[in-house]
Amino acid sequence: MHTNSLYQEVILDHNRKPRNYGKLNHANHQAVGHNPLCGDRLDITLQLENDQITDIAFQGESCAICKASASMMTAAIKGKSRLDAETLIHEFRELATGKLDINHPHHLGRLTVFSGIRDLPTRVKCAILPWHTLHAALNSIASTSTEANHDSAHKVSSKS
Amino acid sequence: MNSAKASLKPEISADFDAEKIRADFPILKLKIDGKPLAYLDNAASSQMPQQVIDRLVRYQTTQHANINRAVHYLSEVATMEYHNARCKLQQFVNAREDREIIFTSGTTDSINLVMHGYGRKFIKAGDEIILTTLEHHSNIVPWQMLANEKGAKIRVVPVNDKGELEVDEYEKLFNERTKFVGLIHVSNALGTINPIKHMIDFAHQHGVPVLIDGAQAAPHIIIDVQALDCDFYAFSAHKLCGPTGVGILYGKAALLESMQPFKGGGDMIASVTFEETLYNTIPHKFEAGTPPIAAAIGFGAAVDYLAAIGIERIAAYELSLLNYATERLNDIPGVKIIGTAAEKTAVISFTIDGIHPHDIGTILNQDGIAVRTGHHCAQPVMQRFNVPATSRASFAFYNKKTEVDALVAGIKNVQKVFL
Repeated sequence: MHTNSLYQEVILDHNRKPRNYGKLNHANHQAVGHNPLCGDRLDITLQLENDQITDIAFQGESCAICKASASMMTAAIKGKSRLDAETLIHEFRELATGKLDINHPHHLGRLTVFSGIRDLPTRVKCAILPWHTLHAALNSIASTSTEANHDSAHKVSSKS
Repeated sequence: MNSAKASLKPEISADFDAEKIRADFPILKLKIDGKPLAYLDNAASSQMPQQVIDRLVRYQTTQHANINRAVHYLSEVATMEYHNARCKLQQFVNAREDREIIFTSGTTDSINLVMHGYGRKFIKAGDEIILTTLEHHSNIVPWQMLANEKGAKIRVVPVNDKGELEVDEYEKLFNERTKFVGLIHVSNALGTINPIKHMIDFAHQHGVPVLIDGAQAAPHIIIDVQALDCDFYAFSAHKLCGPTGVGILYGKAALLESMQPFKGGGDMIASVTFEETLYNTIPHKFEAGTPPIAAAIGFGAAVDYLAAIGIERIAAYELSLLNYATERLNDIPGVKIIGTAAEKTAVISFTIDGIHPHDIGTILNQDGIAVRTGHHCAQPVMQRFNVPATSRASFAFYNKKTEVDALVAGIKNVQKVFL
């Protein structure tokens, strides 16, 4: 594949002007995600009320792919139920690793701009880190890593 | 072994002519996405010339058997060729004796051998091990494991803003508890060439042995272990145009003899009963099991290839590439070179304002340019310079100025994408 198709305008735009960037003061769920392969780190804070994600924010040091993925994720997830969020986490993971058939019904919408990442195995973790961290936050795991031995996101996704 | 001596003459000869040298490397003809490959990741692993590939094929097609065992023809040939490879490496580093060269799986394995064989036997609670900020993780983690096990302490030599070791501070770290020094010859992350001769001499004044991690030095600097007087010197074949899976540990014979074995198994024994095992002499004591015979023989061919060109000529040519690339990169606004030591090999670690190294690497790749991005297994270096990661272009003697130009154009393209 040509990598140009990955650095599309929508991704570059979210990298330049990330949505929901920062830290929530009154978050009741949060997690830190690390990618030890590149030293990236992402903080996610969110407000969960009656199983509804009423607010969410992220901040951290990361590449454009990771930052855009986090930005688009927070935009997509805000206002959704925990169950819907877990579904999106699962579907995004499947998309990034090339296991999702985009022609079948899914809930990813514009997030499919990340489909090209499947051809760049070394970058898949950049795109997944925010989702991995969101999953950890929803499940009250304070810290997670793309290299974690216990891949909790995967465990959940294989159940669903 | 007379025949061993006869074949010590380099099997490969070459003239220093950039285009002619490039023709030796079939992989350099590759196109990536239709663009000519500019391979600038030589500090991670270098490419293999046809001469070494041919040597591997010749071994595998006409000489292969297990070594040090059977009495049949192939076993004798393989044993002799493996021994010849050891002698070629002995010559390459100017070791006094061939038994001072131990084949390992690579630099990491060599360092772990010293940690287990020397460290676990001689380092005790309260002892101190001196390392430097520039070390690769492979010369940090084994010593941390040892320190944790024994209750020993790691002391670290700082670096200045140019990425040079602060030798004064190094000297101040010595005391009666200092028992070992681990020192990287050339920084893989920054290219800094460290003043190891002085540092070895200083350690010896305190009776402390020194291990040199030479993974990044051996391809670019003439190594003379007798002149350096280092106690151990380690490097890998695959950074010297040889195969992966093999490296060497040079050790002074007396030290190697005093050490305990690292791995147990076949070949490293003199005799075995269930009550007792008598260990073999060096180097065999440290080469348990069937070694990477083909890779070791390829390693021998690789150092022949480099020696035929001449390490000094290689270094001079690479320095001209380094100077050219440094000048060109310094001219690009927003590009910052990390590591500006007075003495460097042809390694340029750099950052671009506002752009993450992984994005840089991915976009350069679409122009056929291969650089390394990340922390280079040297996170303490990254922490010292307050960056999570860098992009690193590292040059070999088969690179050319037009590839530097391609890198410069590639960087400008990266900046354009992120404008």
